[in-house]
Amino acid sequence: MASIDYPLEHPKAEALTPEFSFSESLYKWVATVDHKRLGLMYVVSALVFLVIAGIMASVIRMQLAFPLNHVVGPDTFNRLFTMHGTTMVFLVGMPMVAGFSVYLIPLMIGTRDMAFPRLNAFGFWIFLLGGCLLYFSYIGGGGLSGDGSAPDVGWFAYAPLTEKAFSRGAATDYWALGVLLSGVGSIVTALNVIATTFCMRCPGMTLSRMPMFVWVMLIDAWLVLVALPPLSAAQIMLELDRHLGANFFDTQAGGSAVLWQHLFWIFGHPEVYILIFPAFAILSEVIPVFSRKPLFGRPAMVGAVTAIGFISLGVWAHHMFAIGMTSWSNTFFAASSMLVGVPTGIKIFNWTATMYGGKLRMQTPLLFCIAFLLQFLVAGLTGIMLAVAPFDWQLHDSYFVVAHFHFTLVGGLVFGLFAGMYYWFPKVSGKMLDEKLGKWHFWLFCIGFNMTFLTLHFAGFLGMPRRIYTYYPGRGWDAINLIASLGVIPQAAGILCFVWNIIRSSLRGIPAGDDPWDAWTLEWATTSPPPEYNFEKLPVVRSSRPLWDLKHPQDPDWKYE
Amino acid sequence: MAQDNVIAADALQMEREWKLPDRGTIGVIFLIITETALFTMFVAADLIYIGKSLTGPYPKDVLEMPIIATVCLLSSSGTIVFAEHALRRNDLGKFKIWWLVTILLGLYFLYATGAEWHKLIYEDHLTIATNLFGTTFYSLVGLHASHVVVGMTFLLIVFITTIFGFPIQTQERRVKFLSWYWHFFDWVWVIVFTVVYILPLKVF
Repeated sequence: MASIDYPLEHPKAEALTPEFSFSESLYKWVATVDHKRLGLMYVVSALVFLVIAGIMASVIRMQLAFPLNHVVGPDTFNRLFTMHGTTMVFLVGMPMVAGFSVYLIPLMIGTRDMAFPRLNAFGFWIFLLGGCLLYFSYIGGGGLSGDGSAPDVGWFAYAPLTEKAFSRGAATDYWALGVLLSGVGSIVTALNVIATTFCMRCPGMTLSRMPMFVWVMLIDAWLVLVALPPLSAAQIMLELDRHLGANFFDTQAGGSAVLWQHLFWIFGHPEVYILIFPAFAILSEVIPVFSRKPLFGRPAMVGAVTAIGFISLGVWAHHMFAIGMTSWSNTFFAASSMLVGVPTGIKIFNWTATMYGGKLRMQTPLLFCIAFLLQFLVAGLTGIMLAVAPFDWQLHDSYFVVAHFHFTLVGGLVFGLFAGMYYWFPKVSGKMLDEKLGKWHFWLFCIGFNMTFLTLHFAGFLGMPRRIYTYYPGRGWDAINLIASLGVIPQAAGILCFVWNIIRSSLRGIPAGDDPWDAWTLEWATTSPPPEYNFEKLPVVRSSRPLWDLKHPQDPDWKYE
Repeated sequence: MAQDNVIAADALQMEREWKLPDRGTIGVIFLIITETALFTMFVAADLIYIGKSLTGPYPKDVLEMPIIATVCLLSSSGTIVFAEHALRRNDLGKFKIWWLVTILLGLYFLYATGAEWHKLIYEDHLTIATNLFGTTFYSLVGLHASHVVVGMTFLLIVFITTIFGFPIQTQERRVKFLSWYWHFFDWVWVIVFTVVYILPLKVF
């Protein structure tokens, strides 16, 4: 009966796509405005940058494995942590946000493309240009010591270190301009996501029936839209300082180095929410499907994510407790930072409650979600600790902070992204990822991650500062650093399993079919991979689980909504 | 079977009644929001640095209120509305006149900014590198003026293509978005004017 809404029989996608030669298909990729191709290109470039920045992290850990080690010198070490941080945030995190959004949102809300397909292509290419510009600095830029290489000012690029007097050569300009360009890409993509969710939903897809993934990515796009321009403004000011002699951050002329910190963290703190939101979005889809239950507390989830979208704009100065603000500022930002923990806690509670009493299917996507819940909980708790100003004074710029934000961004975001990739790979490629390799990937990565970052909390407690390139023996840091460095091995092995899994499964994986997970959102109503036009006939939905309605015509959700 | 038919009829009705906002409208509104965020940071930097210059020239020595230019820019916000109304009534003659008036007002504003900068740079020797006043003045006014230049480019494109016979009536929607953008930068000027001229000259 339900074939009225959207037929389950599809013409085979292969039958409709003729064969192309290599140059023709290359042209099709380069000139495409199709949201699925652009989404894939985003995710693939992000994965390439992930491997590059991961290798940098491994070199950092090799250098720190033993006291007074000499794998790399201090200059190279500065460049390594700068490029590692910048790449991970702007060239891995941001394109993952964009890639998952533009691939999935049109499918999930039942439409054929984004609101502005050409703007979508522009966003991708300008991001890639920004990334290439940043890496071109290895050839074109001069660092602190003046001999051509990458930026060495940290991903936060604090003034006045970035001023012409202290950062000669062009390395810092490559940082500012490369990140500025990729920021423009993020902003236009966010604009596109907002316009798409507001204006392109299929009939019946009201905001209250929209999949949770789309809701979270909508608020994420809002945050990108209001939080990225402060960074762009700061980078424009920095370039004005460096090339036209302006005095924004020039303390000699009365300018303020603290202004940079404010502008940077007005961007920087919402940014960490921008980065973690895709993981929230993915969990909100994967956990219900693998627990065989609808999402617990859907309205509370929407409320919580919207609350984060606003509260997180007012917490930035908790990165700056150590610069000597007034006690009123300290109190305000400590309180607001703790407040933002409340909606986050609601989300953790709702995901746990979704799993509670469910028929759990312990497959790879769910494993990554469970690890996310535990690790992100730890990250949240250490975050609350750091929000207490006196505690932060004690541990500011120590490895405790490093461990904290790697728990959010690796233990949280990266685990969430892996869950999402195992979940949607069948839709994207039409093949299942191998479950056995997936489990290897999960356990290796999970163990390695905790070996590295759980231990680093204790290095922080014992006073090990961030960004040092080496240390003396006998301070109690030796064993911790060795364990942390050894943790790189299982993590790298896990990533290799993943890459091998992707290659092997796309070549000869088990065909997935349209709906391998028995899921409930609209992307599973079309073929795998979806045809260029997504849906032959635009679907009409009546509840937040349209595919449940389709599969259970006797007992559809809309009877209860 | 009877229930299926009811659902089918229901789906058709839902499709007919399904109304969503126009994507251009949403796009322009959020473009303005993101531009607001950018301007806010420059305005904030300006406010922080009022009266913090270590050396002269100071605003009170060299700055004059650009009253005429301000009146011109703000009234161009009105004339572009008249042009829009004329276009909606399909009165192409009036549209061209009001559009041209808008362009001229905008061009005068840009000329006035240029003349002001020329005086400041060559007579008062105030550049972006001189002191904090120069830094914030040129960056904020320059940021605004560069946006006016972008708006002006679009105004000129519309005007020239219309003169050469392009049926602008078919683009009423896009003309509306352009006018929103123009209004936005007119009202940003009110803030810039307050922060750059009124506060340093009259308050501090």
